[in-house]
Amino acid sequence: MTPAIKVWSLHLLVLALLFAAQFVLPPYHATNLARIMVLAVFAMGYNIAFGYTGLLSLGHALFFAAGMYAMGLSAWHLDAQAWPALIAGLIAGGAIAGAVGLLALRAVGVSFMIVTLMFAQAGYLTLLYLNSWTGGDEGFVIAQNARVLSGFDMATDTPRFVAAFVLFAVGLLACLWLVRSPFGRVMIAMRENEERSRMLGYSPFHVKLTALVLSGVYAGAAGAAYGMLFGYVGATFATIQYSILPMLYVLLGGAGTVLGPFLGALIMFYLIDITSAYTDAYFFVVGAALVGLVLFAPQGILGALRERVLKWLP
Amino acid sequence: MSFGPFLLLAVLEGTVMAAVLALTAVGLSLVFGVMRVVNVAHGEFYMLGAVLAWFVTYYLPFPPLLAWMAALIIAPVLVAAVAALTDVLVLKRLKYNPEATIMATIGLLYMLQQAALTVYGPDARPVVAPFEWRIQLPWFGYSGYKLFVVVAAILVLMAVWWVMTRTKAGLIMRATQVDRDTAQTFGINVNRVYAGTFAFGGALAAVAAVLIVPIQQAHYLMGHDPLLLSFIVVIIGGLGSIRGTLVAAVIIGLSDGIISMFFSPTLAKIIATLLVALVLVFRPQGLFGAKA
Repeated sequence: MTPAIKVWSLHLLVLALLFAAQFVLPPYHATNLARIMVLAVFAMGYNIAFGYTGLLSLGHALFFAAGMYAMGLSAWHLDAQAWPALIAGLIAGGAIAGAVGLLALRAVGVSFMIVTLMFAQAGYLTLLYLNSWTGGDEGFVIAQNARVLSGFDMATDTPRFVAAFVLFAVGLLACLWLVRSPFGRVMIAMRENEERSRMLGYSPFHVKLTALVLSGVYAGAAGAAYGMLFGYVGATFATIQYSILPMLYVLLGGAGTVLGPFLGALIMFYLIDITSAYTDAYFFVVGAALVGLVLFAPQGILGALRERVLKWLP
Repeated sequence: MSFGPFLLLAVLEGTVMAAVLALTAVGLSLVFGVMRVVNVAHGEFYMLGAVLAWFVTYYLPFPPLLAWMAALIIAPVLVAAVAALTDVLVLKRLKYNPEATIMATIGLLYMLQQAALTVYGPDARPVVAPFEWRIQLPWFGYSGYKLFVVVAAILVLMAVWWVMTRTKAGLIMRATQVDRDTAQTFGINVNRVYAGTFAFGGALAAVAAVLIVPIQQAHYLMGHDPLLLSFIVVIIGGLGSIRGTLVAAVIIGLSDGIISMFFSPTLAKIIATLLVALVLVFRPQGLFGAKA
């Protein structure tokens, strides 16, 4: 088997297993899996910026929330239908990421992290400040008629799972295609050695900005889908915690691997789900996982696997 | 109340805020300056100081003044121990890589917050002020303790300045800041300097918290705002520059106090965070910092 066939068949196999999972899993876990797939799309977006291009952002909650609020607010104030509202979310995520990138990419390393953190914080505070428009801290519920996508009601289990699956599948395959494309190689070159890539004639600023916008589109799509599938939009989704979560998923699953974000989201979600049966110390699990990963396994699960066994893993 | 006294009240509140902020931010600035580590868990050291102060004053059978003074010693020492432990167990193993240490201190933030929630609980609890003394101005009465906080903060800051510029420990810290490797060849134990600096930074946050806790109640989420404001102060003042940090603390503290009183506190924070982002983008050395 050539590597290309191995790679595509592995990813299609994962997708087939996920699709089949809805017929096997009890409803509670099927809904969890739908949630995980949407969060994994968010993490895949984070991975495009952090894992492949080396942009360590602490502000992705802003892009997630931009998508979610663009969807929710257009449904609430403009009575938008489901498809236009979703598209608005996707565009908002990319546009905000582009605007932040134009400024933040002038800073590097730690400064970049803090600038993105500050923009995200300003965005969160703005949501609270404009509470007559955004519902502030309490958020708002998406009206039933805005949750009907091509005739399927997202408030019911099966259409919700299928919608989450379709979003995830498109995101995964697009990501796989992207990182194997020539542009994907340039992204990785930026991560590995920016100066040398510049010397070879690539513009770091344009490559990074494009990666960040793509990352924002993923985050915006995930945010819009999350709001629509689960029916609620709130300022909690704009807090720093939602910038940390995708980072945690990506670190756990393996930064710079296509399936890593999903694997990380899956494990972390169930880790929290299972431990919360014994203790409500949810944040302790998150914090300890983060410290442990940074200390002992900075490559994550699939990163370590790729280094030792599966050298062809994208 | 007419405008003049109202403004005076806003300035007084802003001054108290600036004093405590300066203490917290100097700790953060010192750690960044010497170790090049951005400590995201700095606000949690502040929170930990306040919560420990509550435990000390609640369980020690002393009169308020004595209990509070005990807290002023015990809380910073314990927080410093936690910080030193963090340095040895986590930061040192990461070789002080800037990005890895940020991620690790984010993890520490969550762990400390959760520990406080589990042990101390979700309630905000007051610490009895060490003394009750009201200054009666013609327009309103003002708490004498708040003015004491300002004086105490200035004294602590002067002590920090004295340690940094006039003692051997300060000299060693500054030497390590300027050139870590050369300091090491001159026989300075850099590992110990780093652990000590991190502990010192944490202790300063804890001192600020013990000072503020009779005014503001101790709560497990109280570290969030000081962290954000310290970040703002340290960045506007120039990362690692102590003098810039002090100037910025006064400006940010006062303007935050005044804007919050006349407009909305949320608006004040939005302006400040955007200002920081723009300063970092266009003037990375800070508004008052020398070249980086």
